[in-house]
Amino acid sequence: MGKGYKTIAFYPQRCDGCQKCVEACSEFHAGSTDPVHSRIKVVEAGGAFGLALCRQCGEPQCVMNCPAGALEKDTETGVIKWDRDRCVNCHICTLACPYAGITYNVVSEEVMKCDFCEGDPACVKACPLGALELKRGAEIFNEWAELEDLVVPGISACLGCNSELVLRHTLRRVGSNVVVATPPGCMAGVGTVGVNGKTGVKAPVFHPLLTNTAAMLAGAKRYYKRIGRDVTMIAFGGDGGTADVGFQSLSGAAERGEQMIYICVDNEGYMNTGVQRSSTTPYGAWTSTTPVGTVLRGKSRDAKPMPLLMVMHNCEYVATASTAFMEDYYRKLEKAIEAARRGMAYIHVFSPCPTGWRFPPSKLIEVGRKAVQTNIVPLWEYENRVGRIRFTHPVENPLPVAEYLSLIGKFRHLDEEQIAHIQAQTQRKIEVLKKFTSEQTTTTLHHAA
Amino acid sequence: MFHSKYLIVGASHAGLSALDAIRLIEPEGEVTLLCAESTPPYSPTILPYVVSGEVRAEEVFLRRSDRFERMGVRFEAGARVVSVQAGDHSVELESGEKWEYEKLLLATGAAPSIPRIEGLEGVSYHVLRTLEDAEKLRAAMSAAKEAIVLGAGLIGMHAAENMLKAGLKVRVVEALDQVLPAYFDPRGADLIERAFLEQGIEILTGERVEGVAQSGGRVELSLSSGKTLSGDLLLVSTGVKPRTEYLKGSGVEVEEGVVVDDRMRAGGVEDVWAAGDVAQARGFFGDSKRVNATVLSAVEQGRIAGMDMVGDSALQPYGGGMAVNTYTFFKHRAFSVGMGKVSESEDDFEVDQVYLPSSFCYQKLVFSGGYLVGASGINTELDPGVLYQLIRRKVNLEEEKGVFSAKPLEMGRVLMSQVWR
Ligand SMILES: Cc1cc2nc3c(=O)[nH]c(=O)nc-3n(C[C@H](O)[C@H](O)[C@H](O)COP(=O)(O)OP(=O)(O)OC[C@H]3O[C@@H](n4cnc5c(N)ncnc54)[C@H](O)[C@@H]3O)c2cc1C
Ligand code: SF4
Ligand code: SF4
Repeated sequence: MGKGYKTIAFYPQRCDGCQKCVEACSEFHAGSTDPVHSRIKVVEAGGAFGLALCRQCGEPQCVMNCPAGALEKDTETGVIKWDRDRCVNCHICTLACPYAGITYNVVSEEVMKCDFCEGDPACVKACPLGALELKRGAEIFNEWAELEDLVVPGISACLGCNSELVLRHTLRRVGSNVVVATPPGCMAGVGTVGVNGKTGVKAPVFHPLLTNTAAMLAGAKRYYKRIGRDVTMIAFGGDGGTADVGFQSLSGAAERGEQMIYICVDNEGYMNTGVQRSSTTPYGAWTSTTPVGTVLRGKSRDAKPMPLLMVMHNCEYVATASTAFMEDYYRKLEKAIEAARRGMAYIHVFSPCPTGWRFPPSKLIEVGRKAVQTNIVPLWEYENRVGRIRFTHPVENPLPVAEYLSLIGKFRHLDEEQIAHIQAQTQRKIEVLKKFTSEQTTTTLHHAA
Repeated sequence: MFHSKYLIVGASHAGLSALDAIRLIEPEGEVTLLCAESTPPYSPTILPYVVSGEVRAEEVFLRRSDRFERMGVRFEAGARVVSVQAGDHSVELESGEKWEYEKLLLATGAAPSIPRIEGLEGVSYHVLRTLEDAEKLRAAMSAAKEAIVLGAGLIGMHAAENMLKAGLKVRVVEALDQVLPAYFDPRGADLIERAFLEQGIEILTGERVEGVAQSGGRVELSLSSGKTLSGDLLLVSTGVKPRTEYLKGSGVEVEEGVVVDDRMRAGGVEDVWAAGDVAQARGFFGDSKRVNATVLSAVEQGRIAGMDMVGDSALQPYGGGMAVNTYTFFKHRAFSVGMGKVSESEDDFEVDQVYLPSSFCYQKLVFSGGYLVGASGINTELDPGVLYQLIRRKVNLEEEKGVFSAKPLEMGRVLMSQVWR
């Protein structure tokens, strides 16, 4: 395993704001517990804890902007070193750093930042609740790799299939204490289900009808509850099975607050039956039932806003996700597992399909990334307890949608007018979502509904 | 005729930032940096500290000396470009040497802008932009007793402080009604001015200089109010203008600076980019393009230019520049980001202020709709970097507004902590 640089990871949900890390830092660096000397700051605002600490960035803004060459990344340890002799106290670094990782100390009258206490940070040792952990950046990924892959090798998904990636990673995180439902769709078709031990999933898996996935899973959950077993229920529905054919049963289960995780693997059409349109197929897209010719120019309607509809169902948890942002997806899975103990957790995973959308398999992640960067697929989550939507990867300056569309064959025919429509629709979608970031709007809508 | 695939003119913040971006994608391709000056790369921002003697001229360099060699980059000092032939993809140096390029970055920064004042051309005065200027000024200071600084911008104010500390009597003349008009509102500016007055620096605001004359070793200024000033050292620090003289006839589109798009591509020609103080790029709060002469802009623009030159697919187009700076003076510290100087009376803005003149503190947050659009502070604990990010990332604060106004330091840190990774 190659060596990676270390970083201090913060788990706000474990923190109670005791300030022991702050005292330890001051003590180590200045021999006093006065917080003024601390390079680490744990603050509370609006009921949440935040950490202001140097992240020892890979592309450190402080280093890039320091006019005196006083900051430098140590290539051995990855720590950003500050050189007192070169520093001219101009404070430009405090403007360049996004995380308040380098700050001015009014007593010593100079800037200060985390130096990792010669490799063994005092704050991490002082935290009684395990809210700070010293980790190698790559360790997060290694942890996932160490989780058991519950999908057998050799299932028959297409080359570069995103849905397979979703299936494997989701089950890694959710674990084997699970009942999996894969209704008709790509994920059933590639061999996750079978008889006589020939299933592609190393956990109980069944094949409901396209119309009753959520209802069947709700029944299975009730059975396990009756016999006193705490088992996670999880469905992998395609967009057709979720937004069209299976919608009534999903809607009913959501309304009743059935306890399950429902993953919609949205590849924007009926892919395994020959690329037909579904209600989540986006405007303008070619499919075999929305052909491109002299009159028709791909799909003429906009996609159904499935995740927002689930917010309106008052689910415990709703999120959008993309495999191009895996950490974000894992974090959402953790919340979904927890929320599914109380009610329905719905995650809508954007799932580009090289075969049906016509792009090279090697471009899969690029397509996913561009979808997010253009705001075609905004990443957000809704926690019922919080009562509003939060963007988990806000896009500062979205790229023009054309940069996404041009990667994909099913959009090749689009004319300028159609691209303009998609651009406008994308902006409208963000505006609507932004309204839901306000608690007031969300509750008002819930009440109105 | 020399040849380099990537040719970067100017070896300061913008040029070096582009260089790093190019090397991230292309470890091998030929890259050459041409620098007019004969020194290794340094930042003009460091010059006040050279003037004061806090750092020595030979120590101020932006990159360690072995850096270029390790990166496989050719660094040509003393190579001043005098013309660009965009059609042939070549530039010509003062020495007559010619360089061919495939892709060219103009990162030549800005030069002092000298106001049109009668008699100014005939007197000897100082400016502060290059290491050479700084050394000259430092030498002159040791012989002088009474200095006059024209212009109360960051450069003038820094220099005034340095000269006072070196034992000179200092007077600052500013045409506008306040010091640091680009960054602070009158209240903030007053506080800063007060620190200067307390130290014995005389500041004359709202005074235009009508004429300058020299007699013997002394310069004499006549002011719009009828006053006259005289001193034995004159520093002109009335702003900067992009260095574009060498672009005459090149076809490169120049207004105030080189007009660039959001990928820092220069208008009018092919395969030419511009970044930093020389470039005129999109403004953050409106669409009109402007020169935004700060370190942060130069670094960011240089990086975007480098990424685009090398075809880095991770490039995010420029989001627009805004006024951002930190300023330290007489043990005080100040910062300003975005529309930090909007006044209370302006519509469409909501302003939160904390003003404690007796403890020399001032803090101001400016909101528009649910968004933070500006902040400034003098001796406050606020994190300029966090506030800058909240503005440029357009973080919607509508819901948190109450908490944010009450606890801007904490809330800002919490919000930025949440977006990390
Ligand atoms: C005294 C002073 C204080 C400052 N303080 C601050 C501050 O506190 N905060 C802040 O944000 N900004 C400050 N600035 C501004 C900041 O220094 C500039 O914004 C920044 O340096 C711009 O970087 P640049 O790379 O665009 O250009 P520059 O730094 O100006 O570099 C230009 C480069 O181009 C080279 N060059 C010029 N013409 C030619 C040519 N024809 N051929 C070849 N090479 C050429 C020069 O030799 C130099 O290497 C200050 C500036 C000064 C002068
Ligand atoms: S000080 Fe800030 S910018 Fe610099 S490495 Fe640390 S977190 Fe990154
Ligand atoms: S305060 Fe020091 S470390 Fe920070 S940017 Fe200025 S010179 Fe560099």
